Amino acid sequence: MVLLVCSAVAVATTLGILASVLFESFVFFREVPLLSFLFGTQWAPTGSPAAFGILPLLAGTILITVIALITATPLGLFSAIYLSEYATPTLRKSLKPVLELLAGIPTVVLGFFAALTVAPFIRQVGTGLGLDVASESALAAGLVMGMMIVPLISSLSDDIINAVPQSLRDGSLAMGATPSETVKRVVLPAALPGIASAIMLAISRAIGETMIVVMAAGLAANLSFNPLAAVSTITVQIATLLVGDQEFDSDKTLSAFALGLVLFFFTLALNIAALRLVRKYRQHYE
Amino acid sequence: MNDASPPLMKPPLPRILADRPEKMAARGVNIHYGDKHAIKDLSITIPDRAVSAFIGPSGCGKSTFLRALNRMNDTIPSCRMTGAITLDGRNINDPDVDPVQLRSHVGMVFQKPNPFPKSIFENVAYGPRIHGLCASKAELEQRVEESLKKAGLFGEVKDRLHQPGTGLSGGQQQRLCIARAIAVNPEVILMDEPCSALDPIATARIEELIDELRQNFCIVIVTHSMQQAARVSQLTAFFHLGTLVEFGDTDKIFTAPTDQRTQDYITGRYG
Amino acid sequence: MSSLNAQNPTLRRRRAAEARFRRYGAAALALTSLFLAFLIIDIVGKGWPAFVEHRVELPVTLDSRKLAEKNYDGLIKDAIFARFPEAQSRGQRKAVLALFSHSAEQALAAQLAEAPAAAGQTVKAEVLLSDTADLHLKGLSHLADPAAIDALTARLPVTAHFSWRFFSHGDSREAEEAGIRGALIGSLLTVAVALGLGLIFGVAAAIYLEEFAPKNRLTDIIEVNINNLAAVPSIIFGLLGLAVFLNAFGLPRSSPLVGGLVLSLLVLPTIIIAARAALKAVPPSIKEAALGVGASEHQAVFHHVLPLALPGILTGAILGMARAFGETAPLLMIGMVAFIADVPGSISDAATVLPVQIYLWSDLPELAFRSKTAAAIMVLIAVLFAANALAIYLRNRFERRW
Repeated sequence: MVLLVCSAVAVATTLGILASVLFESFVFFREVPLLSFLFGTQWAPTGSPAAFGILPLLAGTILITVIALITATPLGLFSAIYLSEYATPTLRKSLKPVLELLAGIPTVVLGFFAALTVAPFIRQVGTGLGLDVASESALAAGLVMGMMIVPLISSLSDDIINAVPQSLRDGSLAMGATPSETVKRVVLPAALPGIASAIMLAISRAIGETMIVVMAAGLAANLSFNPLAAVSTITVQIATLLVGDQEFDSDKTLSAFALGLVLFFFTLALNIAALRLVRKYRQHYE
Repeated sequence: MNDASPPLMKPPLPRILADRPEKMAARGVNIHYGDKHAIKDLSITIPDRAVSAFIGPSGCGKSTFLRALNRMNDTIPSCRMTGAITLDGRNINDPDVDPVQLRSHVGMVFQKPNPFPKSIFENVAYGPRIHGLCASKAELEQRVEESLKKAGLFGEVKDRLHQPGTGLSGGQQQRLCIARAIAVNPEVILMDEPCSALDPIATARIEELIDELRQNFCIVIVTHSMQQAARVSQLTAFFHLGTLVEFGDTDKIFTAPTDQRTQDYITGRYG
Repeated sequence: MSSLNAQNPTLRRRRAAEARFRRYGAAALALTSLFLAFLIIDIVGKGWPAFVEHRVELPVTLDSRKLAEKNYDGLIKDAIFARFPEAQSRGQRKAVLALFSHSAEQALAAQLAEAPAAAGQTVKAEVLLSDTADLHLKGLSHLADPAAIDALTARLPVTAHFSWRFFSHGDSREAEEAGIRGALIGSLLTVAVALGLGLIFGVAAAIYLEEFAPKNRLTDIIEVNINNLAAVPSIIFGLLGLAVFLNAFGLPRSSPLVGGLVLSLLVLPTIIIAARAALKAVPPSIKEAALGVGASEHQAVFHHVLPLALPGILTGAILGMARAFGETAPLLMIGMVAFIADVPGSISDAATVLPVQIYLWSDLPELAFRSKTAAAIMVLIAVLFAANALAIYLRNRFERRW
């Protein structure tokens, strides 16, 4: 019985999360109409009058996530393919810890690196090319976030690629296909649902990531898709709105919970979809 | 590399080799799997346009040797081979022989049917596509149809060519795999226990097919079933503990084997 | 007739495509490794100066009146100006004082408390240089007045030391004095709370789900829920902590207690998943054997299965701890970001943790804090590295193939 109660802690946590974000969001939406929250193009919680339109934050989140994915998907996927199809066991043994090490780097460290090394570098290069680069460009945050996701994509894809039965590879190789043709025409198509779910998990991870963007992306919520501009994200706003603020019932702090609600549902939906997809895929090969 | 083949073994050469040209041959082949000596000093001559069966108890090395014939063992890092295997007199392990090209000449069918998770059409078109054998779509379609016909499958699937190959029954899947293999016009088809995962009816169907295919191909089949070897092959090789114990005309192996071990095996003493 | 040797163009093209594909794979791995290498080199390059500090031995003549008044600040200043007689104007004096750390007076006080000296005597005080002077000597910045530095090095013996201060001091507004002790202790307390709670609940939940749970809707919900919880962004846990632990329960803000509570929920799924895997790896024959000799279900699990699963559970716990140790975002939400110079003494004191300290320092304008940040990162990564190495060691040492 005690054990059952302990297991229920996990459920209680989820309920607690839901209850706290829902309750505070409810209070928030009594003050700010839902529609102006969802479709407003201005985010200025401290302005007067304050504006709570989530669109600029969504745009910023999407922009950084897209940059991260463009970086991480090819790197992660090709790493996984190389490790599972080409690397000798010794090479595999020595490269896997590199990816695990990268996966274990705390995001605050990556944020420091993004803000102090990558962002100035991009700015320098951009200025050299005559471009107007913000000192807290979306590109810097997105690139470093991409590197953060590489181990996630590669380890998930590695599992999934290894789950493709060897008999399919043998069948293709015995037809006289080269290893790369085998990968492109047989292994990847067979692993596609699994890889799609890996990428969905990566997206969920990217939109929920906080420290890198807090340190390397901007605070000003610009509705912009320019990777060289400064944008803000949902997580940045949650973090900055609630840090150091003691009063709890202002619209400003409550809006953070509304943003939390949006974030929670986005990531939850992505996770559920990804888990479904991967379960279906597993059944297919068992 | 085609040195005038020394006599394979002391007993007289199989009759069948007298009237059929040599297709593949092995001379002094040793294969190691890590520490395991899987094939020991093996020499054999495989005739064209006939079915050669490899039999023997499990673990005797027959599948390992079969996989050496189209260099599938290359994909296993711990596997090393010495000696010479030839195709039409050419050493297939020469550094300038590309395994990719070799395998388009020496096709393979596996124990468990392994159709790709693609449509029936795409499964058969796979080989011609990667090897760039067909210039036009019409030509490709024709080749797919021909291959399916040769594999005796066309009649059953002609209305659902674009449905997944994995939706077929086990026997149909295996015939699809045979169609896939012959679509690239190989000269040799290696079959690794092709019927072990099938029911008796599907097995009979495949055996019929093998008998038809030997008109055009050199076929090497590894089988667990002595009855199957007796039914489909003209030549039988008996493997035991990594050595080729006896090799000769099938009827002779099964009626009057010269070696005691062969005798014991076919009479069911072990295996 | 076969044409095994003919190098036809199709084959050549396919071989080239093969080589290209392979190179992409190698390049992806190389790029990723390079990023990691560059990250580490960059951090170490920025961080190493923080492990070195410069000090001078300043002869301080103990003026009787100032000593009686415990005016250590005055004593130090007198000693400094005695060495720089040419500094007469306010500006000049300020520039000279700027070479020395404000910590000198406390250091002198401590020194005299330990080894009392009579008035009129001259004692040698170890005085830490200010961050600007220190950076100048390391060749990292030129904010200090070069002439003053030259005068300093000519008149007083400046020596470089390993900065134990970095590990023995708490945070400070003065860059040269700031250390990570407070944050480290805060981290230890927080992680201890998180690990304690996480282990208790996580292992209990794992045992229940793996060994006792009936297959029904309730356990199904728990299971799906655990999987989803594992992927909830960490900042959301911070919102939970803020709304529930701080506002609803009224627990002390900024405390390792609340931080640990939040992190324990965060690492709960990790521990449950690892513990379940470890329990699953114990072959059912063990349990059956115990049941067979008359043990109750509980005895079989707690006396036989659990001990065998322990190394695996421990490995999972260490990895969960590593995750908690590096976590920042949720702790920002519950107020662990305040400037706290004191080293926390209990789990209800206001504290900060190492990753948050890194975040706070990274935002400060002083150049010296930049190397302190990087140095703190080096410590953080070293701890995580050690934790992971320990987990790998445990796994290899105790892993059993059944």
